[in-house]
Amino acid sequence: MNYSRIARDGLWDNNVVFAQMLALCPLLAVTSSATNGLGMGLATTAVLIGSNTLISALRRFISAEVRIPVYIVFIATLVTLVDMSLNAWAHDLYKVLGLFIALIVVNCAILGRAESFAAKNPVASSAFDGLMMGLGFTLALVLIGGVREVLGSGTLFAQAHLLLGQSFAFLEMTLIPEYKGFLLMILPPGGFLVVGCLLAGKRVLDKRLAEKSQPDGVPQNA
Amino acid sequence: MNLDALRDKLGYQGALLGIAALLTSTALALASKATGPDIAAAEARDLQQSLTQVLPGRYDNDLLKDRLVLPGPEGEVTAYRARRAGQVEAVVFQVVGYGYAGRIVCMMGVDKGGRILGVRVIKHAETPGLGDKIDPAKADWIHRFEGKSLGDPAPDKFAVKKDGGVFDQFAGATITPRAVVKAVKGGLEWFGREKTRLLDQPGVKP
Repeated sequence: MNYSRIARDGLWDNNVVFAQMLALCPLLAVTSSATNGLGMGLATTAVLIGSNTLISALRRFISAEVRIPVYIVFIATLVTLVDMSLNAWAHDLYKVLGLFIALIVVNCAILGRAESFAAKNPVASSAFDGLMMGLGFTLALVLIGGVREVLGSGTLFAQAHLLLGQSFAFLEMTLIPEYKGFLLMILPPGGFLVVGCLLAGKRVLDKRLAEKSQPDGVPQNA
Repeated sequence: MNLDALRDKLGYQGALLGIAALLTSTALALASKATGPDIAAAEARDLQQSLTQVLPGRYDNDLLKDRLVLPGPEGEVTAYRARRAGQVEAVVFQVVGYGYAGRIVCMMGVDKGGRILGVRVIKHAETPGLGDKIDPAKADWIHRFEGKSLGDPAPDKFAVKKDGGVFDQFAGATITPRAVVKAVKGGLEWFGREKTRLLDQPGVKP
């Protein structure tokens, strides 16, 4: 497994949301704004790197018969550790994200990476896979959150200073002043609509790219 | 014995699960010990903040320590008392209303004469854009309670306008403000019933 392949897989080809279609439940719940998406994405990335590293390091000791409960115990522990340390040392951020952190346990993408990658690969590439899958997930969350926020409330990265500190307050933008808001986009149906449109967009883009690399017009199976 | 042969044994599975559980619970216990005091401090800061928001003015006691737990309409109510020179000047307590999407938890401050000093919603799950105007960050509706008491407006006027009262409802959302108004009225009535105990009884020592 080379690193550029892993990076491509995580960010685009095998993206958690846009290709594997995993983790849609936390995705729809948190992406009412770009900032929420970013926070959830970063927390998930931290857990993914941790769980991939841990499981890869112990993969010789974990027998196939009981691997699933062992993975789940590790993942739940890591999530609880992240939850407790945020609550203690970044309490303002915790008040924004607190509800969503626990959702990471049920994020099947993390168990999926443990099972399909970390259990078979060395520590370094597993950690890198965790990073890239996490960044790909973050990208998807920020994209969906951003679209919903702009359409739903006319702002982008509102309250980013709560997540990243005062120095990132410049990210907070009001794109449509005096906007009355479009409630549908903030509510769950908006999440489904945006995910659907972005998925369709990615398919079209992938198809175009495949056609370009095959000048005689024979479509390639993606 | 080599690990590959050992891994297929039945006992190995049990031992593996046991060791995994032991390791992770040790990690959690240590982390809980390390973060516990910081979490408690942060939560106390939050409580202090929500108390001072509904308590304008200066008081000379530690609100968090001067607690009194009394029976309320739904279980126990913890009241925090603000004093000046030993006299109780105001009381802060939580009231709960049932809105469109479950519980709406409010913190309200009442002075010794039964006048509302302030109300803040501290927890709710109302519809964004419609019911969430009860949040002072979204609209100033919640400030309309300030200065009101059970006699002003008259008890039957202590309701949203749709029910013949004096408080505005929101366009498209009546259930939420109705729930908050009802909860605040209930809080004032509770204060009236428990007034002597609230103002005179010494607090419980934490």
